[in-house]
This record gives sequence, C-alpha cells and structure tokens, in this order.
Amino acid sequence: MHPAFSVLVFTVMSGAGYGLITLMALGHLLGLPQLQDSSVLLTGGVVSFVLISGGLLSSTLHLANPKNAWRSFSRFKTSWLSREAVFAVLFYPFVLGYLTNIWVNGAEVNAIAQLTGFGAALLAMVTLFCTSMIYASLKTIRQWNTSLTPVNYIALGLMSGSLLLAAVQASVAGDLSSVLHNLAIGLVVLGAVVKLIYLFWIGKPAGSTINTATGFTQASVRLLDQGHTSNGFLNNEFGYTLEANKLMRLRVLMVGIAFVMPFFLLLTSSAGLLALAAILTIIGLLVERWLFFAEARHVVRLFHGDQRV
Amino acid sequence: MKLGLVVDLDTCVGCHGCATACKQWNTSGTIGPLSDKDPYGKDPNGAWLNRIRTYEVDDHPNSKTVNMPLSCMHCDNAACVTVCPTGASYKREEDGIVLVDQDKCMGCNLCSWACPYGARELDPHQGTMKKCTLCVDRIYDERLPEDERKPACVMTCPTKSRVFGDFDDPNSEVSQLVRDRAGKQLMPELGYEPVNTYLPPRNKPVVETYEPKSIKATVKGWVNKVIAR
Ligand code: SF4
Ligand code: SF4
Ligand code: SF4
Repeated sequence: MHPAFSVLVFTVMSGAGYGLITLMALGHLLGLPQLQDSSVLLTGGVVSFVLISGGLLSSTLHLANPKNAWRSFSRFKTSWLSREAVFAVLFYPFVLGYLTNIWVNGAEVNAIAQLTGFGAALLAMVTLFCTSMIYASLKTIRQWNTSLTPVNYIALGLMSGSLLLAAVQASVAGDLSSVLHNLAIGLVVLGAVVKLIYLFWIGKPAGSTINTATGFTQASVRLLDQGHTSNGFLNNEFGYTLEANKLMRLRVLMVGIAFVMPFFLLLTSSAGLLALAAILTIIGLLVERWLFFAEARHVVRLFHGDQRV
Repeated sequence: MKLGLVVDLDTCVGCHGCATACKQWNTSGTIGPLSDKDPYGKDPNGAWLNRIRTYEVDDHPNSKTVNMPLSCMHCDNAACVTVCPTGASYKREEDGIVLVDQDKCMGCNLCSWACPYGARELDPHQGTMKKCTLCVDRIYDERLPEDERKPACVMTCPTKSRVFGDFDDPNSEVSQLVRDRAGKQLMPELGYEPVNTYLPPRNKPVVETYEPKSIKATVKGWVNKVIAR
C-alpha cells in the first residue's frame, strides 16, 4: 500500500495523544500522588489535546473531496471509519470538561472530574480501537486483517502516551514519579514484544494467490500485459513495493528508534532525556506506521502479476 | 433480481473494445465525467471502470493466452459498501447494482481498499470514487429499442464474450451459461460472493508446434532415412 503521509501523522499523533490522556486521567482519578498537581495535569492535557486535534486535522488532508467530510458520521452501523469519526467528536466535550474542571477547581477529584475524566479515557481508547479496526477489517489485505492490528495500535498508543506522561510529569514537577517511570518502561517492553510478534506473523505466506484470483487453480499463471501503457490509480495506490534489503534496514531502524533507544534513555531517569525518549518514540512510530503501510500487500496486486500476497 | 455479467474467457480476444465503449458511454453518464489527468502527456492517468489484463496460463506446449476483463462484480456481500462512512456507496435492493452517489463521496479511498477486484478508481479531477454502474442509465432506458437496453460493453463486444442478465432467473441466458460451462467466481475464498461469473476456456487439443532441431540431429535423421530405404 502506498503510505499516505497525512495518515501516518494522524495515527501516530492521535494515538500518542489518546494514550497520554487515558493514562493521565486514570492515574489522576485513581489517586496516584504525583498526578494530583494541576499544572502537571493541565500541561499533559494540552499536549494530548494538540496531538489529537493536529492528527485529526491532518487526517482530512488525504481526502480527495473534503467538502463532504461531514457526511462521514452517517454510517455508524456498518463503517469503522464512521464510528471513528463519531467517537473522535464525542471525545471532545469530555476532555474539554475534564480540563476546564481542573483549570477551575484544581486537581481535586470531584464528581465532574470523575464523569468527564473516565468518559474521556474510555472514548479515547474506543476511538483508537475504531481507527485500528478500519485496517483490521479489510479482508483484502492479509497483513492488516488480524487481531494483532488493534493490539498493535492500542499498545503503541499507550506506550507513546506513557513516555509523554513521564516526560511531562518530570519536567513540570521537577522530580520523576517512579510509578510513571516503571509504567513507561513496562509499556515500551510490551510495545516491542507486540511489534515483534506482528513482524514475525506477517512473514508467513498464506491467503490468495494469482491462481485463485484468475480462477486457474490447476496450472501456473503469469501476467503478460497489464493492459495499459502508464500507471493508473490501482498501480499508484496498491503497487508500492519495498526492496528486501531496504525493508530489513528500515525495520532495524524502527525497532532501534521506537523501542531500544527510549528504553535505555528511560533507565537514566533525567527529565531532559525523558523528553528526548518521548520524541524519539514518536519519530520511531512514524517509521513503524510507514512500514505498516509499505509492507501491506493488497490482493489487487495478484491481477497485476504478483504470484502471492 | 440479481443483475450482472458473464464473461467468456474462451472467446475474449483482448481487443479492449469493452473498456473503450465503457469509458465513452459513462463519461457522459449518470456518474459524471471519467476524467483523465495529463491525457496527451508523458504519464497519462485516468479513471476507467473496466480494464483488461492478459495472462499466460499453464506451461508450453499446453500454454494458453487468456484475456481477462475486470469490472465491478456487483458482489452480494460487498464490503466496499459497508466500509463507506458517508453512505455514498450503496447496493440497490431491487437489482443488486452497486453504485456510488457522487454528491456524497468524500474521496477517502477506503472502498477501493475493501474491493478485491480493483473495480474502483478515484477520479483524478473530481476526487470522487468511480466504478461500473452496470450501465444503469442504459438498461432501464425505455427510449432505447429493447435489444439495446444492455450495457455498453456488452453491446460493443465483437466476439459476444460478455453477456448481461439476471442471475436470479434460472432460465436466463447467464444462468444457463454458468451451468453449462461451469462458470467460476474469482477469489471466492474472500467471501464477497461476486455476481459476475467467468467461463473458463474450453479444453482443446494442444496445437502441434514446430521444434527446430540441431544440424547434427537433422543430418542424422536424414542419413537414417536414406539407409532405411
Ligand atoms: S467488485 Fe468491488 S466494487 Fe464491485 S461490488 Fe464487489 S467489492 Fe464492491
Ligand atoms: S471514497 Fe467515497 S464511496 Fe468510497 S468509501 Fe470513501 S466516501 Fe465512500
Ligand atoms: S456494464 Fe457499463 S459501466 Fe460496467 S463495465 Fe460495462 S460498460 Fe462499463
């Protein structure tokens, strides 16, 4: 699949924002001592708000006819994209209520904080899940059509969120909470494990072949002619191919920037290096998302001569 | 009713006539123009509703060239419709035709990702999704003579390799062809239940081919022949 830059930015940024607000609100409402400070909460809230809103705005950039984007709320019953849009909008009153309440009443856990905070955390996770299901529900792309896809999206969203939360808490409050620190280390390890399982899983060949695509299942089939003299929509959208050696290098780079380097920076527990770890993870996840697209092979490629997907 | 096409892979000669007729008819049809980007330039690109690919099936000397036209299969279980967030993509209850409402589409491409058959292409100028309409603006047009109420591609095919009809009616020409010629659906394992059906090439004896031999073998054969006489 052709990786659309606006979609990469959208999924990574909003994933980190949703992860951050979820962990922060839960920590605050469940009484984690280091998260009872209103300036930490407001800073974290604003960071997540900017990431989510920036991501959502970027996602509309890949629409070819954005003037009809408002209609995307209308097929909630069947379309994961529609569900994502509905929950993303529903999230806003909750997060704004939650942050306004902190602005006015401080970090005190009152009924409004509980309602809006738990609501925002829940809707953040539901939206992230819907985003992942847009990809996971496509039977045409074997590398996406798996329950590993939502697991990846949620684990990596929480992971980047936890790094941001630790960085925000350490730089605003001055000293690092060991709970948040350990949580970030744990989630980085979890994220790496989940990603490695995914990379291992997509390595196994399975699914449709050029034979099932053309219906000639008892003989070999080779493409002679695609039937056009220059590339069309299908070639540009689905024909993206990555050379094997470049792929391996990018995978190593991705694991290094998104997981290994942040892990070692976390061991140092200095506020500056924590912020660096969070930024590195987000850059690493952009590479991860790019690979998520570049490695996905749509079955239309079979009609264009690939023997299997 | 379940309207669709039967495509005969035995007789299709790959002339691209159906694709051209389709583009010609539909560019002024219900779904608006089928635009081209840079049509006379170095790298032209445009929306087509029907494309023909050519394959070599089996190995020499049994190999056969097969031309395979692909347009929307008007699937019974059309995921392109359920993924659409705007409701622009829909499947008609009455005849099963899958269409895109050009006034609602936001150009998110998701339906083209959900389609296994490459039947949907984004219009490079309008930014909306285009796909085969089964010539819905021909087949019901009562101003046309009755035998012309067929899709443009079916009308134009010089070898009559495309047949239009109702798959729900067991006595229709399409249903009979599917029965008699063991019609096949493409990529059935994905479960889209495509309506369009492909008739496999008939089994014919292998055509004998001339195999050039080496000079030595030719001379040897010739000498053998002389001695035997
Ligand atoms: S062929 Fe593709 S576009 Fe047509 S109905 Fe089936 S899934 Fe939808
Ligand atoms: S491109 Fe248009 S028709 Fe296709 S899913 Fe998006 S809004 Fe629906
Ligand atoms: S039925 Fe009409 S729209 Fe569909 S491929 Fe044939 S000519 Fe094109």
